[in-house]
Amino acid sequence: MTLAGFLFLLLSVGAVTTLFVWCLIKVLTGKKNPEHLAHVEPIETKDLDRR
Amino acid sequence: MTTKQPDGWSSKLGVIMAVAGSAVGLGNFLRFPGLVADKETGGGAFLIAYFISLLIVGLPICWVEWTLGRFGGNQGYNSSPGIFHAIIRKPWGKYVGLLGFIIPVGVYFYYVVIESWCLGYAWNSFSGSLDLGKAPAAYANAFANFTGKQENGAILALGAPFAFFLGVFILNFVIIYRGLSKGIEFICNWGMPLLIGIALILLVRVLTLGTPDPTKPELSVWNGLGYMWNPHDIGQGLSNPAVWLKAASQVFFTLSVGFGVIITYASYLKKNDDVVLSGLTATAANEFCEVGLGGLITVPAAFAFLGASAVAGGTFALGFNVLPQIFAGMPYGHLFGGLFFSLLFIAAVTSSLSMLQPGIAFLEEGLGLDRRGSVTLLGLITAVGCTLVVYFSEGLKALSTVDFWIGDIGIFLQGTVLIFVFNFVFGTERGWQEAHQGADIRIPRFYKFIIRWVSPAFLSIVFLLFVLRNVAGWNLSFGNATFTPTDPILDLVGGPGHPASGVARLTVFFLLLFASFSALLIHRAGQRWNAR
Repeated sequence: MTLAGFLFLLLSVGAVTTLFVWCLIKVLTGKKNPEHLAHVEPIETKDLDRR
Repeated sequence: MTTKQPDGWSSKLGVIMAVAGSAVGLGNFLRFPGLVADKETGGGAFLIAYFISLLIVGLPICWVEWTLGRFGGNQGYNSSPGIFHAIIRKPWGKYVGLLGFIIPVGVYFYYVVIESWCLGYAWNSFSGSLDLGKAPAAYANAFANFTGKQENGAILALGAPFAFFLGVFILNFVIIYRGLSKGIEFICNWGMPLLIGIALILLVRVLTLGTPDPTKPELSVWNGLGYMWNPHDIGQGLSNPAVWLKAASQVFFTLSVGFGVIITYASYLKKNDDVVLSGLTATAANEFCEVGLGGLITVPAAFAFLGASAVAGGTFALGFNVLPQIFAGMPYGHLFGGLFFSLLFIAAVTSSLSMLQPGIAFLEEGLGLDRRGSVTLLGLITAVGCTLVVYFSEGLKALSTVDFWIGDIGIFLQGTVLIFVFNFVFGTERGWQEAHQGADIRIPRFYKFIIRWVSPAFLSIVFLLFVLRNVAGWNLSFGNATFTPTDPILDLVGGPGHPASGVARLTVFFLLLFASFSALLIHRAGQRWNAR
């Protein structure tokens, strides 16, 4: 492999890996949406009164 | 009595994993490395064109699709026809979403067949029965036998390949029946990390191969990496339209944009759920798997064992003929081979699930079917399509015909429709505001210009080039242009030395029938939506 080839490999792989890691960190440490109640199992309507 | 909760994602990471799982497929590990390694259109020029295409077409259309999907979902629609019905607000609007139904379902017709090959090869590899010695012909014959390539109907007579197909087909519907969060999201949350873990194990194995045959010092992993990544003549490459066409097509296909999948997945998000960071993360995950993992595993390994000639055979040849031969030649090869085909199977199953969800969403909201009814009807439709592909296996003619007309032309068409609807029906400014509703990061401002003008223009040119090259058979030369009809066209109309193929004609007829049937269903769905 030539030096230019090695640089292409390093830049390409480095760029996508850095972007992926940065995005993952942003997603995992980002703000939580207060409206997002996560998955809610179907509930019995008769239970609604008790709630 | 039970109140039915709307289907939805359980976490932001879940939807990102699902979209990434949809995008990461066989192309990441087999097609992309082959394109980079191509002596005429690969190298540094291809990579530059690839990353430019990613930035000006792939990523913008990805954001557009996420944005339109979430908007449609908040209007009460989850399917492509429903979402376009909500956006365009004209009687014909819902038909614009036709491709968003027939593309994923049509691609499923053959993708699930390839998925079953991956599972079968993983099984055979782990069990040691894929070690066929050093003769390349043995591997080509094994592939032909497994896929029924020599004769129509052959696979129905072979016990194991048909059993693998049936098992994979049923597995997909069992998972999809469980719904978004318990089915697709659960599988992708486990499948994607597992896939990356397996790829990293294989990467370490490949990078430590050194020079497998000391008597041939030129065949080493280092030279294999050089064969793939050395830049060649960049200036000449970038002036070659074929380089741009291949790079843009690969970006387009690998991200699953224009597929009808992202728009459906995003429709289950809430109004203030982020789409900008989520879209970028799903794209980054796909690129990491494609460039960072796929780009370092298959081609260097193939080169180190068999030399440059082994790399030039195309996706299926590299994956199912060359790589089994390489695994057979390395210590614990059955284990690494089994892991590699398991990786392909996981990549394929997360993609095939995403092809079913747009169909399920449409049948549920368009025809008012419950989950059981929609799964049953979609199961029947795909069973007919898959039977066509499985039975007419000679030369893989039915498979390649569906792939060309639905998997290539259809996806390009749908992507072009998406970007034009976003800009010229929905409105770029309105779309920009909509995209940033609840966004965790901001899209750089210059992207508004790119989305408005550059992406539609670039995509239109690439689509035109694609049609001229692959339908009209243009040699992509401006000075000495020739037009030679390509195989998909000759298969339909025939030509000197190339009789028309009955199977190709039957397949296209079936696809037209399927499209007409889908249009009728959309018409029926429109009546239902208008009565709301």
